[in-house]
Amino acid sequence: MINKEFFFKGFKSILAPDSPALALGCCFIAIGALLKNLGFNIQESIFSTMLTYALPGSLVMAESLLVGASLLNIFLAVWFVNARLYPMAVSLFPLMMHKSQPKWKYYFSCHFIAVSAWLIMKSNYKDIDKKHRIDFWIGIGCATWTTAVIATFVGFYASDYLDKNMMMGLAILNPIYFLCMMVGAMKTIQITASVTLGFVLGPIFYFLSPEWSILLGGLVGGTIAYFIGELNVN
Amino acid sequence: MSTSVVLAILVTSLATFASRFLGVISSQGIKENSKLFRWFNCLAYSTLAALIARTIIFPVGVLSDSSYLSRIVVVLFCLFIFFISKRNFVYPTVISAIMMTILSNYL
Repeated sequence: MINKEFFFKGFKSILAPDSPALALGCCFIAIGALLKNLGFNIQESIFSTMLTYALPGSLVMAESLLVGASLLNIFLAVWFVNARLYPMAVSLFPLMMHKSQPKWKYYFSCHFIAVSAWLIMKSNYKDIDKKHRIDFWIGIGCATWTTAVIATFVGFYASDYLDKNMMMGLAILNPIYFLCMMVGAMKTIQITASVTLGFVLGPIFYFLSPEWSILLGGLVGGTIAYFIGELNVN
Repeated sequence: MSTSVVLAILVTSLATFASRFLGVISSQGIKENSKLFRWFNCLAYSTLAALIARTIIFPVGVLSDSSYLSRIVVVLFCLFIFFISKRNFVYPTVISAIMMTILSNYL
């Protein structure tokens, strides 16, 4: 089963002074308030965060519902926006794969892949023995997921007290936190080039195709950055 | 709302879980020091950067009602705070929320 020592070590990482709990919590407070304003009840709001646990996807679903989009449209729109989770998973799980660990842990814990948990794991995995990294990851995932669910609950009931300007303040918090984390992660040429090119190409591709801009920006920027890094090593 | 909320939530979670699950399945044959892993690592960082840039420059939701100027001022000032605070994540994050709340009144 799950090694408790490493699980709680991962869970406690959310309490670190520079943890994403604050940014994550504030954004899901905004989501909770938004869902209430869209007519969701408390059960639906909590259910949405528990099952989706991806902020851009929840926003797209909310906006699609507002304009009366079909289920197929919602599926495709969310899939486009959340397709970034695929390269995130492929760049994280090989670091945690160990033959002594059962497969169900990997299948179950992939639900926790989100920017906050991913960045925490990326900056801490070297300190954890490979055999126990999956337990550490499940701890991180449970902590960030619980934070998101509690914040949605708080946001739902606090929505009557939040005016539009305060909602904007909460909404900017998450991109700023992740921006700082990404800039902080720029320690190698490959990562620096990946982040810089992603920032530049994402908005440029938006003018060609808003739906594909994130994926195209990531694919083109990441591939160029990869070759820059490989040439540099050679 | 024309579509059932519960069905929309289920469809959203299915679309989200599909990318995560496919990622784990694909990971099984990839070594952590292989070229393929390094390429996916670059793709992940670049895709996240593209997402953050899009969230700030072309936001959806409540942030789309704020002005470009207010967002750019907040981003630049918070990056400045990040560097002068020796790369502390908390100060710029907290300051961004306060600044945005105040600036959205005036800009």
